[in-house]
Amino acid sequence: MEEARSVAQQIPLEHFLVLSAILFSLGVYGVLTRRNAVLIIMSVELMLNAAAINMIAFAAYTAPDRFIGMIFAIFIITIAAAEAGLALAIVLRLFRNQGTANVDEVDELKW
Amino acid sequence: MTIAQVIFYLFAALAVGGGLGVVLMRNAVYAALFLILSLLAVAGIYILLASEFLALVQILIYGGAITVIFLFALMLTRVADLSESLIGAQWPLAAGASALLMGLLATAVATSDWPGDAAGEITSIPFPVLGEALFGQWAAPFEIASLVLLVALIGAIVIAREEEGE
Repeated sequence: MEEARSVAQQIPLEHFLVLSAILFSLGVYGVLTRRNAVLIIMSVELMLNAAAINMIAFAAYTAPDRFIGMIFAIFIITIAAAEAGLALAIVLRLFRNQGTANVDEVDELKW
Repeated sequence: MTIAQVIFYLFAALAVGGGLGVVLMRNAVYAALFLILSLLAVAGIYILLASEFLALVQILIYGGAITVIFLFALMLTRVADLSESLIGAQWPLAAGASALLMGLLATAVATSDWPGDAAGEITSIPFPVLGEALFGQWAAPFEIASLVLLVALIGAIVIAREEEGE
């Protein structure tokens, strides 16, 4: 009868939430320690992914027929794409003007 | 251990391992490659949660497009040879802060009472139903999202463009 049980009964919702918490904390650590702007944005992507896992898990476990969480996750991915494109354009501009992508060396707010 | 549990823990370990690689790697290009691993593992988690559409979107947009942009940005800003400056001096403090945050979140998850824990089947949403919802009930946010993408596109071109005077 093991096979007859659904995914929801085999894996509690908490496991997904803990996975999401671990990924989010890793992203926070990356944002705090990385000095290169591109790597900071990569860590932000990790955090956005953690939030999306949360959305999907709640959608699947609490209201599987309304899938609002899925719609939210789609919008999260859309915003992440826009954010990555814009942020990397800014980093490129920064590198061209200042010759560095290290955020510690770019603390003047104007040039 | 059932098959679903094995799959979940495998993908969860891959996602966390990839995330560790992203934040710890000394080589920026390796960090970007670990990001791909982590994002693909998250796509596997989505499939486990019967969200196939989202898994496809994740692989196409994250695994493909966004990581390629990251690799291009790393190439154009030439950081691969500056590996010693990738991690700041305050990393022990940051590790403590993020470990504290993770502990807080895990405690909150463990002590809360979640609804629908004994939910039955996780039903897969058919693509047509999802499309109808996206273009019907959620049409206004969808249009705004497309506007955001357009603005980001134009903005990225304007910001990154080479000016004549430079």
